[in-house]
Amino acid sequence: MSEHPAVAKLKERFKESVLDVAEHRGQTSVTVRKEDILAVCAFLKEECGYNFLTDVCGVDYLGETPRFMVVYHLYSIGAHQRLRLKAPVEEADCRIDSVVGIWSAANWLEREVWDMFGIDFKGHPDLRRILLPDDWEGHPLRKDYPVQGPDREPYQGRLS
Amino acid sequence: MANLETMTINMGPQHPSTHGVLQLVLELDGEVVVKATPHIGFLHRGVEKLSEYRTYHQVLPLTDRLDYLAPMHNNLGYVLAVEKLLGISDQIPERANVVRVMLAELTRIKSHLVWLATHALDIGAMTVFLYCFRERERIMDFYEKISGARMTSNYFRVGGLSADLPDGIEKEIRDFINEMPDNINTYEGLLSGNKIWQKRVMGVGVIKPEDAIDVGLSGPSLRGSGVDWDLRRDQPYCGYETYDFRVVTHTDCDTWARYKVRLDEMRESCKIIHQCLDRLKPGPILADCPKIVLPPKKDVVNTIEGLIHHFKIITEGFKPEPGEVYVGVENPKGETGFYLISDGSPRPFRMRIRPASFVNLQALPQMVEGALIADVIAIIGTLDVVLGEIDR
Repeated sequence: MSEHPAVAKLKERFKESVLDVAEHRGQTSVTVRKEDILAVCAFLKEECGYNFLTDVCGVDYLGETPRFMVVYHLYSIGAHQRLRLKAPVEEADCRIDSVVGIWSAANWLEREVWDMFGIDFKGHPDLRRILLPDDWEGHPLRKDYPVQGPDREPYQGRLS
Repeated sequence: MANLETMTINMGPQHPSTHGVLQLVLELDGEVVVKATPHIGFLHRGVEKLSEYRTYHQVLPLTDRLDYLAPMHNNLGYVLAVEKLLGISDQIPERANVVRVMLAELTRIKSHLVWLATHALDIGAMTVFLYCFRERERIMDFYEKISGARMTSNYFRVGGLSADLPDGIEKEIRDFINEMPDNINTYEGLLSGNKIWQKRVMGVGVIKPEDAIDVGLSGPSLRGSGVDWDLRRDQPYCGYETYDFRVVTHTDCDTWARYKVRLDEMRESCKIIHQCLDRLKPGPILADCPKIVLPPKKDVVNTIEGLIHHFKIITEGFKPEPGEVYVGVENPKGETGFYLISDGSPRPFRMRIRPASFVNLQALPQMVEGALIADVIAIIGTLDVVLGEIDR
């Protein structure tokens, strides 16, 4: 059972939505249903003081269902506490609500997740590629995207 | 009827203040910026992807190249994250922690010197540039003596340090640190009282504390808006909680405030380095974890256990148990964080870098819209971005 103060509040308020709570090396991760991500984030900001969105990133669990995970790292500047929030996203419906309306910091971070993983953020004000050109094909941080890039032979090491 | 015609121009990537990569599309109404759209350029280094194909040890040199003005900080964030993932954070020897803090603070001074030099140069002050680079060169010399490289240090290791400090370096660093406050006064003497400097930075790029938090600013850019938050004090690592230093904030929220914060931070770093030098005692520099840290060379050639451990760690790496951690460190630019997921294999399943410069640059349109075109240069400079960190 997690001792993180936000977990009890989340479980009470979003009983159906909390899918999993995990502890590792003293850090807490809460997995919630993606349908409720906006409500959960708004609650964490308004009621629990998580005013600083440190990071948003994606993870590709190729071969598992659901395939993707969107990970939010939250920080409370008042309480000096961190919380990791995760939401699973299926490959067939690769979309999740944008949290830009809650923290402006999510703007570029969500664009990067879209660019690298191809996860669509509904309601994002300006969802475009950010690290790659607009006409780039594919999403490089997906596990099935070749590390050498498309249409290139894998590096075989030095011949000499 | 008012003339509502605006003009769109491209600023950068050729302009020196845009670092050769950043392009800003500015919509202007006369000299006033109506809209700014940054295009952050394409360096395409793919550090996060490459990390999935390397062992934990092999990832370390990639982290140097993120923020190349503060390589030790990136090394530090990464090794702290791996140590946390392994559960060995409490086994790092005292000497290694003191050396880490000392080099992190030297690096902070080094990074702030480049910032001050180039920021002042962007605005038109040449002399400060030369003075700052003179001092930075001495820190680069320390880097070279300690790690063997002037820029890409690759010095910290999972479990401690790659080598002990060379003989005599402590005295050289102490001499440098004794002189540094006077040098900082010199830079300030050249700029702070200068009417041109004041007009170029005061009231420019104002961002209120609530907006700064909302948009994700961190580090000196956030503390210039009066937010009293520093990871060294609030989420301490490497024993920072035992050092006496002040978290510098200024409440003007403008370019001037961020300039003053960084100057005062350099002074605070000098204080911390003095304390480190006083604490340095002989002792081990690597944790006693034979499955993770490489054994000393004499053990490799003299003992079978040493040889086996060396061989296993080099060929296979180590395997943290499955799990995930996030560790953020107070980089000179702000919070640089490493999020690592282990699936039990010797390679990171996923490594995500939370780049300070990337998130800080996001605030640029908000800060320049409504300002004059000449202020754009000052505002880019005040954010102290490194494009290598932005496009990892």
